[in-house]
Amino acid sequence: MGFPCLLLEIDPSLGFIKRIIAWTAIEEILPFKQNGWLLYLFLALVAAVLLLVIMCVFGLFAVWLERKVSAYMQCRLGPMEVGRYQGCLQTIADALKLAAKEDFIPKAADMPIFILAPILAFSGILLAFLVIPFDRYWVPADLNVGLFYFASMFGIEAFGIFMAGWASNNKWALFGAMRLVAQLISYEIPLGLCLLTIVAITGSLSVQDVCLAQSHGVLSWYIFRNPFMWILFLIFFTATLAECKRAPFDLPEAESELVAGFHTEYSGMRFAMFFLAEYAAMYVVSCMCAILFFGGWSTGISLIDRADTPLAIILRILALNLKALSLVFVQMWLRWTLPRIRLDQVMYCCLKVLLPISMFCFLAATVWEFLFRGHFFRTILG
Amino acid sequence: MEQKKVEEMLINMGPQHPSTHGVFRVLIESDGETVARTESHIGYLHRCFEKIAENMTYLQIHPYTDRLDYLAAMLMNFGYAVAIEKLLDIQVPERASYIRVIVAELQRVASHLVAVGTYGLDVGAITPFLYTFRDREKVLKFFERVCGQRLNYNYIRIGGVAYDMPQEMAADISDFVVYMRPKIKELNDLLTYNGIFIRRTANIGVIPPEMAVQYGCSGPVLRGSGVKRDLRRDTPYSIYNRFDFDIPVGKGEVGHVGDCWDRYIVRMREMEESLKIVEQAVKSLPAGDYIDAKAKKPLRPKGEVYHAVESARGELGFHVIANGKNVPYRLKVRSPSFSNICILDAISPGHLLADLVAIIGSLDIVMGEVDR
Repeated sequence: MGFPCLLLEIDPSLGFIKRIIAWTAIEEILPFKQNGWLLYLFLALVAAVLLLVIMCVFGLFAVWLERKVSAYMQCRLGPMEVGRYQGCLQTIADALKLAAKEDFIPKAADMPIFILAPILAFSGILLAFLVIPFDRYWVPADLNVGLFYFASMFGIEAFGIFMAGWASNNKWALFGAMRLVAQLISYEIPLGLCLLTIVAITGSLSVQDVCLAQSHGVLSWYIFRNPFMWILFLIFFTATLAECKRAPFDLPEAESELVAGFHTEYSGMRFAMFFLAEYAAMYVVSCMCAILFFGGWSTGISLIDRADTPLAIILRILALNLKALSLVFVQMWLRWTLPRIRLDQVMYCCLKVLLPISMFCFLAATVWEFLFRGHFFRTILG
Repeated sequence: MEQKKVEEMLINMGPQHPSTHGVFRVLIESDGETVARTESHIGYLHRCFEKIAENMTYLQIHPYTDRLDYLAAMLMNFGYAVAIEKLLDIQVPERASYIRVIVAELQRVASHLVAVGTYGLDVGAITPFLYTFRDREKVLKFFERVCGQRLNYNYIRIGGVAYDMPQEMAADISDFVVYMRPKIKELNDLLTYNGIFIRRTANIGVIPPEMAVQYGCSGPVLRGSGVKRDLRRDTPYSIYNRFDFDIPVGKGEVGHVGDCWDRYIVRMREMEESLKIVEQAVKSLPAGDYIDAKAKKPLRPKGEVYHAVESARGELGFHVIANGKNVPYRLKVRSPSFSNICILDAISPGHLLADLVAIIGSLDIVMGEVDR
């Protein structure tokens, strides 16, 4: 959405890092006790690497899960050999294989753009992870423009993929990139409207504030806030499917039409980066979906949500991940069930179906909010 | 200001493209995603079958017919055998005729399963493909039991079949018919009546009945356009006149008559009809000889014959000119895929790129048969 937020103010009290400092008493161990900013930089680097690791591990896990889910749906076994249990190390073996492959760039490709494209696509998704609160206290960066930041960082992936399609100097890749740009730009509007509704209800752009507002029991989750939220949830989910290029919106890489779409000319590690970016995108949008509608890290029991014990924190982190993983599973389920829709139908679905409905829901939800102030049951029952 | 030149983009689809079903090449002039004109190029799988046949004895030609339509090799064997039998006036034993009909109709089911499954793949549904291959496997198991082969059988021979069918197989085939019917319903639920699938295929690649006849289309492509023509019924060969079966035609249930969905549904319904024939044939399978003694001697026919059978893809005709030697003077194959693919250039303009894939899939070509 729009420009990447270059002007955002990073909240100096990075809760995540503060927490690490407090818990580990790391100030005492490390030699730069006096240099506050050096410690800050060190811990920020640790946090960034941690995020990258989480994302990569999830990517590897998601690829394995996708293969097992699809196998289960198609009366197959899927990977069974590598690793003791159900071929669980198969994707690691595959990743190693991809890493060991020759770094191949087509002669006629636009080399700098060709090299930059996967990095940009990957980093856009990685940056979007920055604002996901994993717990009441554990958010990598609690930005005061979090939701806006999320949407803009997520949009960066489109640049990467368009660059990939253009630089490959391949007509199929170009087709894939064109389709992707048309699709992404269109679907960002209903997606943005969903975010806007949430912002209007919460009164804040901070993702953590959205979570905190939903941490008063199950009924405080936004999905139960008003009847339009269910529709908005479905719209958000559909739009994120399109944004992640997941079936039935997988036109940019439609195998039977465009060979492999935008990554036709990519191989080895660069291809792996696109692949990883796709699976990480699935996870980050599912996290976002869980945060916006299902309370994020909220377990649904306000006692646990408020507690500050390690057990409660673990439960909350698990809650968010379980919600996100269930949504990821639904994404996979849809992919292995539905045929792919056509380009004009993608546009029709967005501009003539999702957009008017999401606009209506935005208006209706805000009016509802104005009337009941989030206390529908209390207002009705007196 | 300098005048900008605008021209259409030329894209080469194939011969190595996932959805050209073999080594078929289409040159597309596209205006964005819209296909302005297509030009089909064939010949990447040419093996000189017809010329080779002039140097082969009549029995030696048989394995080559397997390679025509490798997804329905039984039917290819069948077509060739029937043509030569007509030339030599050989009477096929009763049991052999029944075995032929059983394997031919099972082969039709297997072939349509591939057609339907890959069609799902063409429009982006991957799972139905695996389901159809699971069921096709069962048919291939039968063929393996009957002749030891899974793809190129060389089973139906001039004068009968190569080996007798094992006694206990009849019951297993009946079980398969019972197993298969719910699976077709499952496929209908998963793919045929899926909203997205209908929107992808309805009103796409409409072939009007007159046009289909003009281009010499046959099989499901012709019947999808609403023309009720099936050689098993119109010019009965072998023992097809003894069985009770319907000929499904496209009725334009979700769009125009002759669109991709109609061609697809004809294949789905034909599978049920084939199962019906198999059921009847298995029930009345007689005992007796499985190959005519006359056909075991060296064959030296004289004369000219054209005989067509209904293969899984349409009218498969063998035109043989024999001059009394042990090899034919000339052998010409009229292959249904070749005639069906000719219509592509006429119906594709104006469609989207994704529709072109759907159209090629709905024509269900096998390049082995187009190029011969």
